[in-house]
Amino acid sequence: MTRPISANYVPDDLSRAVPLAGHVGFDSMPDQLVNKSVNHGFCFNILCVGETGLGKSTLMDTLFNTKFEGEPTQHNQPGVTLKSNTYELQESNVRLKLTVVNTVGFGDQINKEDSYKSIVEFIDAQFEAYLQEELKIKRTLHSYHDTRIHACLYFIAPTGHSLKSLDLVTMKKLDSKVNIIPIIAKSDAISKSELAKFKIKITSELVSNGVQIYQFPTDDESVAEINSTMNSHLPFAVVGSTEEVKIGNKMVKARQYPWGTVQVENENHCDFVKLREMLIRVNMEDLREQTHTRHYELYRRCKLEEMGFKDTDPDSKPFSLQETYEAKRNEFMGELQKKEEEMRQMFVQRVKEKEAELKEAEKELHEKFDRLKKLHQDEKKKLEEKKKSLDDELNTFKQKKTAAELLQNQAQQAGGSTTLKRDKERKK
Amino acid sequence: QIKAQRLLYFNMSESTKPHPQGKGEKTHVGDSSYVGIDAILEQMRRKAMKQGFEFNIMVVGQSGLGKSTLVNTLFKSKVSRKSVQPNPEERIPKTIEIKSISHDIEEKGVRMKLTVIDTPGFGDQINNENCWQPIMKFINDQYEVYLQEEININRKKRIPDSRVHCCIYFIPPTGHCLRPLDVEFMRRLSKVVNIVPVIAKADTLTLEERDYFKQTIREELRANGIDVYPQKEFDEDAEDRMINDKIREMIPFAVVGSDQEYQVNGKRILGRKTKWGTIEVENIAHCEFAYLRDLLIRTHMQNIKDITGSIHYETYRVRRLNESNIHFSAHLSDDPAVEPKANGQLEEQPSALQPNGVAAQHEALSHEM
Repeated sequence: MTRPISANYVPDDLSRAVPLAGHVGFDSMPDQLVNKSVNHGFCFNILCVGETGLGKSTLMDTLFNTKFEGEPTQHNQPGVTLKSNTYELQESNVRLKLTVVNTVGFGDQINKEDSYKSIVEFIDAQFEAYLQEELKIKRTLHSYHDTRIHACLYFIAPTGHSLKSLDLVTMKKLDSKVNIIPIIAKSDAISKSELAKFKIKITSELVSNGVQIYQFPTDDESVAEINSTMNSHLPFAVVGSTEEVKIGNKMVKARQYPWGTVQVENENHCDFVKLREMLIRVNMEDLREQTHTRHYELYRRCKLEEMGFKDTDPDSKPFSLQETYEAKRNEFMGELQKKEEEMRQMFVQRVKEKEAELKEAEKELHEKFDRLKKLHQDEKKKLEEKKKSLDDELNTFKQKKTAAELLQNQAQQAGGSTTLKRDKERKK
Repeated sequence: QIKAQRLLYFNMSESTKPHPQGKGEKTHVGDSSYVGIDAILEQMRRKAMKQGFEFNIMVVGQSGLGKSTLVNTLFKSKVSRKSVQPNPEERIPKTIEIKSISHDIEEKGVRMKLTVIDTPGFGDQINNENCWQPIMKFINDQYEVYLQEEININRKKRIPDSRVHCCIYFIPPTGHCLRPLDVEFMRRLSKVVNIVPVIAKADTLTLEERDYFKQTIREELRANGIDVYPQKEFDEDAEDRMINDKIREMIPFAVVGSDQEYQVNGKRILGRKTKWGTIEVENIAHCEFAYLRDLLIRTHMQNIKDITGSIHYETYRVRRLNESNIHFSAHLSDDPAVEPKANGQLEEQPSALQPNGVAAQHEALSHEM
């Protein structure tokens, strides 16, 4: 930094408290803030991790009272893919952009070693997108559609025994990246006593494996009590259903069996109401905040350190990110220039070589042409000579022939038959 | 109830108090289709109450225009110390000083850290050339501090916000027109901070003089291309524009400040007592203080902070981050307070490089980063 900064920020402990002599009116600030957010709309992104068939989609439908479209997935997926859908919900004056991400094919493969990888990659990709936006020069953070996962609902199969090793491994990989809320899916398959034991087993396994699940915040007095009670009920045993059954004179969401009806919103039957209360009605904002201030910051820190940025150098002088940017940029530009030079050299070289080659070829062709031409001329000459000699022969023959005829005529005239006799004798 | 608050601005009644939802009130018990998404409003409110708010307000104007008194009247407490004391030794400063004082104030459970930034010495010299420079520097310095913290790897959860949210510029009540100093200052500073111009000590103007003065000022601002708060280009929607248009027709507010209370009609009110009558500060028939207070505090405070954060700060940030791209970017910064940083490593472009290709890659890298 070349300029000294007159940082004028007075730290909190040094600013004086001053009493007000009347109503000023800034008590409307929370309302102003809320007003702005209402106009903007909210974003909330839930990731559902769990094996196929655990009722993830149904639970989402039940939680948000809508039928999100989608076909139940098959069990024959070759790997785990993440499918994300965004919906616009509105309740009174609140507009919510809800994104539900589903893990398709989780737990279906024979070899599940890499199952968690695509989930981690997806979560990281959302952080990366946000980081990219934040680092841009011209950025629009306030209108950016935040796709970072705010809550991860981890669906545990209702075996009644303990967590599967896949569950432990996956949750361990995710706990530093996202707020994990473990839930026991299809919990109407477990009896009450088994459920209590199951919950205790799960909690102790999570603790002994060092898995950090999301704790509902207890620092604000207005919600501390309810949150700490709920913390002790984790993992929530839920049942989801979009079908309605008539109980008494009301229609309630329930699952009907020959032996009875499981009511989704009955707290004696399952913890659905607790989940909805915690996830949506009490802690949605805290989930978003934790994602931003804890998980995202961790990602950002790691990513920037990986890229080679530092806050202070070994001599404890603060680096400005600006200078590091510049240094890196110059380094990159230098390399780029070098590469370009190299490429240019190579190109020139190649051109030369090719040119030489072509010249060679041309020369050869010329030589060949000359040779052929010469050959042709030789042949022509030979042929002419032969023709000449043949012509000569012909002339000689003609001459001989004429001479012979002349002699014949003379002989005929001189002694008719004797010449004939002589000719005959001669001819014999 | 929230939308109603915006339109209540001009009713000016004391009952423009917000009605927060009672905590724990279950308004939708037994409603089977109720999901509870709107509970997020209450959650946000809770969080805001817990965190508290910050507000940084700067006052600029010649000494004697009643800046400290006005701020004290706005916040109904002694948050600003009058700069010129009766002690003759303490004279008007020879250079402009920037003094920042913070106070914690609380009202109905809402805590606010209010920082008042005073600029004694502004416009008081004989030669006032460049007197806006220290102020510009201060404002840009606060942006710089924030930016440095923001780009740190290990950064604080809540970046302390010392950026100047609002700058109240005091125009002396001459009744004629803006002075060159006023125009120069507002022209330059309106580009980096929200400026709220006010006519100081407006009790020296009659209503006609006041209206004429205001009209002249508005025209001059328009003629000089000065965008004061609320800026037209930042109106978010039609409703916003409607409300802000009404405000823009009224600025600059003609204000009177006072920290003395008097008895008028059986009530104790803030006012200035003169031989010809008592000027009631909060009476809109007397002066426009109440409009200013409502704008700054009761209705637009959050908006003022938002514009500072998402527009003025971002503009500064873009300029700052582009400084090292100076060889490649299309435009250069023309602000005198910001010197372009000479990048010694790339003095001349090597002739082998094609400017387009390199610049594009450069762009890509900075976006990538």
